[in-house]
Amino acid sequence: MSAPLNPNPGCTQDFDRRNLDWYIDKAVQVLVFMGGISAIIFIVGIFLFITKEGIGFLIETLDLHEFFGSPYWEPSDEDAPEYGILALMAGTASVTGLAMLIAIPFSLGTAIYIAEFATGKTREWLKVLVELLAAIPSVVWGFIGLTIMNPLIIELFDIPVGLTVLNAGIILGLMAAPIMTSIAEDALKAVPDRYREAAEAMGATRWQVIFKAVLPAAKNGLLGAILLGVGRGFGETMAVLMATGHAVNIPGSVFDSVRALTATIAAELGETAVGSDHYQVLFTIGIFLFLITFLINLTADLIVRGIKKS
Amino acid sequence: MKSKILIAVVITASVLTVLNAEARTLIQNKGSDTLVNVAQAWAEKYRDVNPEVAVAVSGGGSGTGIAAMINGTVDIANASRKMKKRELQSAKKRGQNPVEHVVGYDALAVYLHPNNPATSLTLAQLADIYGRKGHAKKWTDIGLEVPGCKGQKIVVVSRQNSSGTYAYFKKAVLGKKGKYRMGTLDMHGSKDVVDLVEKTPCAIGYSGLAYATEHVKLTCITSKAGDTCVNPSVATASDNSYPIARPLFMYTNGQPKGAIKGYLDWINSDAGQCIILQKGYAPIKKVNCK
Repeated sequence: MSAPLNPNPGCTQDFDRRNLDWYIDKAVQVLVFMGGISAIIFIVGIFLFITKEGIGFLIETLDLHEFFGSPYWEPSDEDAPEYGILALMAGTASVTGLAMLIAIPFSLGTAIYIAEFATGKTREWLKVLVELLAAIPSVVWGFIGLTIMNPLIIELFDIPVGLTVLNAGIILGLMAAPIMTSIAEDALKAVPDRYREAAEAMGATRWQVIFKAVLPAAKNGLLGAILLGVGRGFGETMAVLMATGHAVNIPGSVFDSVRALTATIAAELGETAVGSDHYQVLFTIGIFLFLITFLINLTADLIVRGIKKS
Repeated sequence: MKSKILIAVVITASVLTVLNAEARTLIQNKGSDTLVNVAQAWAEKYRDVNPEVAVAVSGGGSGTGIAAMINGTVDIANASRKMKKRELQSAKKRGQNPVEHVVGYDALAVYLHPNNPATSLTLAQLADIYGRKGHAKKWTDIGLEVPGCKGQKIVVVSRQNSSGTYAYFKKAVLGKKGKYRMGTLDMHGSKDVVDLVEKTPCAIGYSGLAYATEHVKLTCITSKAGDTCVNPSVATASDNSYPIARPLFMYTNGQPKGAIKGYLDWINSDAGQCIILQKGYAPIKKVNCK
């Protein structure tokens, strides 16, 4: 190690040598980078794939006026297929809407209790249980809708079939609530304690502190939580397929059976010939769903990010 | 030394297996879920009849089988409906020439809850219930009162629109240009239809006769007012007197030859037709089964 060209004669170690450690370091760098951008690659890949499958039909054959304006969905008819998704959109919207009516008070209440009132062990237990609720597979929820809620609704409301907007709405509300609860709780926790202390110092009651000081300060985070819940409701498939009755219908009340956009794809894609019009129109619905959930989640994310910055 | 012998034995065995497999002809058979049980029974029995031929059966629905025929990946496609004009065209475009063979008949039974007092329904009444232009929304609209049915609202049970049963019932009951009405509950399998009707007093549904249980009621069907009604059965399906019986098809690429011809001929023989009869479908001819 006494090379004459060594510019630093005091140092015996050659730091520039590319030994095993150097390669491991580089490899790990590449791996971590790939992991980091994989989400982007996948989302772009998925979008390109569903667009590729559906775009030809979307441009050439599809009448957008019929697609969004007609309630008739009969894509497998030999002579005059009908591709209207109005009733399917109404189905998805009614179920998601009802689910939110149930989930919002439920999840906000739980979040306020966990964040503001519960202490010690109660708090930890509640958090674990809420997360456990989020872990129940959607097909199990669907099963509950089909076998428990269905006869219960028939009995309680005296209607012929219990596979209705009401059934799916309750199931979906319970499914979306845990996710909304965790995000809402984070938002409430992010409100600095000095807000609460200042309000209490002014003589506010416990309720006034929460309602006048904490909730307004956490407003954006709560809105983000609700929007993520809406996104969850829109995208849910299995539970909705099982609990709605799967009937193309514009609902007049919560006791009507409906059909959701996602459930339509799930039920029909398996038996269509690859590349046929029916196959492509299902992918067009996929593009539509993707865009909507993407927009909802993006808005939610921007809102949540907004509070973190300010 | 021992291990060398072992290796030699293994190699010889595998070579023999490979040769043996090559000696057997493999027929790929795919499609209709209505036919899949029968197709499997045929394939199993045919192993005893002709050990030289192996038949691999899979389901997936009429659409799947026909798509595979268009793509040229199966030897025989099972279908509970005829191939559509468009499907025939795209098959021709890809150099396939699907030839249709009727292998049996399936009576589509109209199922009702046991509470329902109806003993017979006309095709016109069915069209009134199922059709988009129909007027029957309540059981009282066709002069019936169903005990236990709240509000007398007819709960119309149908199938998902990619099913061959859905397509056949539409053509047979609603006519060539007919469409189903909105709000039908579209079940994902023949058995699901029967299950739902069993639990719902207000319901009416259609499915293959083979799915009948003792907890549901089958209706007698009248083609025209004034005619006598015909009960769904294997006998009425095969003599064509039952108005909503459909043929079950097997499609081959071109006129069948060799092993495929042998298999189809056996299916149409008494032995093959007795198997379809055992499974609850109607044979294409009168057969004598033990």
